[in-house]
Amino acid sequence: MANAILQVENLVKHYGDVHAVRGVSFSVEEGEVFGLLGPNGAGKTTTVEILEGLRTLDSGRVSVCGLDPERDSDALKQEIGASLQATSLPDKIRVIEAIRLFASFYKRHRDPQELLKRFGLDDKKNSFYSQLSGGQKQRLAVAMALVNDPRVCFLDEPTAGLDPQVRREIYDVIEELRREKKTVLLTTHYIEEAERLCDRVAIVDHGVVIALGTPRELKARSGGTTRIEARLSKTESNGTMKSLEGVVDVREVDDTYVLHSKRPPQTIVSLVKHLEAQGNELVSLEIATPSLEDVFIELTGRRLRD
Amino acid sequence: MKNFAALTRMRVQLAFRNKMFFFFVIVMPLVFFFLYAGVFAKSVPRIVSFYLGPVLAFNVMGSFWGLSATLVMFREQGILRRFHVAPVTASDLLASSIVANYVLTLPTVTLELVLARLIFHVPSIGNPISLFILLSIGILSFGSLGLVVASVTNTMQETQVLNQLLWLPLIFLSGATFPLAYLPRTVQRFGLFLPATYLVNGLQQTIIHSATLWSRYVEILSLAVWACLTFFLSAQLFRWEPEAKVPRRTKMLVAATAIPFLLLGIVENVSDRILREAYTAFESFTSAPATRRPPSLSMPGKPGEASNPSRSSQNQARQ
Repeated sequence: MANAILQVENLVKHYGDVHAVRGVSFSVEEGEVFGLLGPNGAGKTTTVEILEGLRTLDSGRVSVCGLDPERDSDALKQEIGASLQATSLPDKIRVIEAIRLFASFYKRHRDPQELLKRFGLDDKKNSFYSQLSGGQKQRLAVAMALVNDPRVCFLDEPTAGLDPQVRREIYDVIEELRREKKTVLLTTHYIEEAERLCDRVAIVDHGVVIALGTPRELKARSGGTTRIEARLSKTESNGTMKSLEGVVDVREVDDTYVLHSKRPPQTIVSLVKHLEAQGNELVSLEIATPSLEDVFIELTGRRLRD
Repeated sequence: MKNFAALTRMRVQLAFRNKMFFFFVIVMPLVFFFLYAGVFAKSVPRIVSFYLGPVLAFNVMGSFWGLSATLVMFREQGILRRFHVAPVTASDLLASSIVANYVLTLPTVTLELVLARLIFHVPSIGNPISLFILLSIGILSFGSLGLVVASVTNTMQETQVLNQLLWLPLIFLSGATFPLAYLPRTVQRFGLFLPATYLVNGLQQTIIHSATLWSRYVEILSLAVWACLTFFLSAQLFRWEPEAKVPRRTKMLVAATAIPFLLLGIVENVSDRILREAYTAFESFTSAPATRRPPSLSMPGKPGEASNPSRSSQNQARQ
């Protein structure tokens, strides 16, 4: 790829015996919002923190804006912006002071006032950091990640631990970055976030990329089938379930049968008939259009959110 | 340089918003000052001036406590890693810690000197230049000690334990609380290996004998060398990440910070210069005679005894 701004090749990192990243490869083009989707502990944060220059890699090659994060860390830090996980600011620093302080570290920087306005923090600018709500802290973190007008912006789980409404506020912010054609590397374990915000997504599990593509491409992998999730009062064999009308695939995930069907109405009718004949009962039934969750289940046999 | 200035400003600003800061950096030292001057010295100007050096040293040494705690807290809360992803270097952070601490400690120390003159009528605060330089080097060096403590401890609890372990000998065995001349012989011998002893003695000699900068070169030089060594080591051992633990191997490196005063301690134990100075100060400025003065120290012909520079100024002070 000619204008890949971010390149990761066979990245490996372990902490003692724990293999956090086991050969991750992907590249991100300028102006793209790229998502790393995976459960907690999949190696997303480690990957991102290696790209940011916060951690060293064990093997493989990475390049960010044409720089080696380890060797050219000073130059790199001028070019990137980041909102980290497990971070904080001093309790008694005011919002405006924090953003001005960080602006002062960079050769090129945006107007702190304007950034606060844009992130809806204008009326909080004189508040102490400790007085902000979780959502406000997160918005400040994203605002601070943009303070140097970075070429690449890393957002590590920007919505983790926020309630859905606040999460949507952060989505708006990221969508705006996308409209601005900023290069963003986003990590998340929320399906919705990856589908809605990312141009391309790499699904990561146990330190490897198990699928990569646009959300649409990835969903097409599940064969355009509809997912039917059924919990039954008594177990049935996978074979029986697969013989139901229209079913192309069956998986058992946490005592729920996940059926992939080409003709959902017929499948449900034949399922109900079958259960009646067996004296079995439906405990619950859910029908969902294909999502990245299906891709994940298909590839790993597990749900994303454990 | 720009980052360093901005960070220093932030640290000073944050300190002023911190109630703990007011207690530990302003209230506590002043309580100790009044305790020493008003109670121990019974407000007798001559005795207050004897205790002024120790009380200032006490205040100056307290630097390492707050500094290590703040830095460890910053690391534990993940504040340091936010700076790490910005173009901030370890030296920026460490140097700004030291300088902010200096800026915050100096006013209290100055206030104590002013109070000593105005309220307790101390006859003289000695040579102001050497006093200023000794105080400055003291604040900077004990600040650096705080950085090393922050570097070698992994959690706040460990930090507090190590601080306590360092603090007690520093204040009790150095002359900062009980005068050195008043301590048992073995303790005195041990005290000569502590940086605190040199700070206390330097300040005391400067205040009561108006000692010149040149005559205090041992104290100034040793503390300065120690400050550089501790600062250098703390930069080597600096960790941004809360989960990055110190390897045992590097903990041994820290033993190197003891080297300057280990060497100086041996020299001083042989020459007895510091002890002799401490005795003369103790004898002339308190009414209690130093009965436990060991014979070796009053033996004629010992180098330095006859030409003790403090003798003449001591006589002046008596007149």
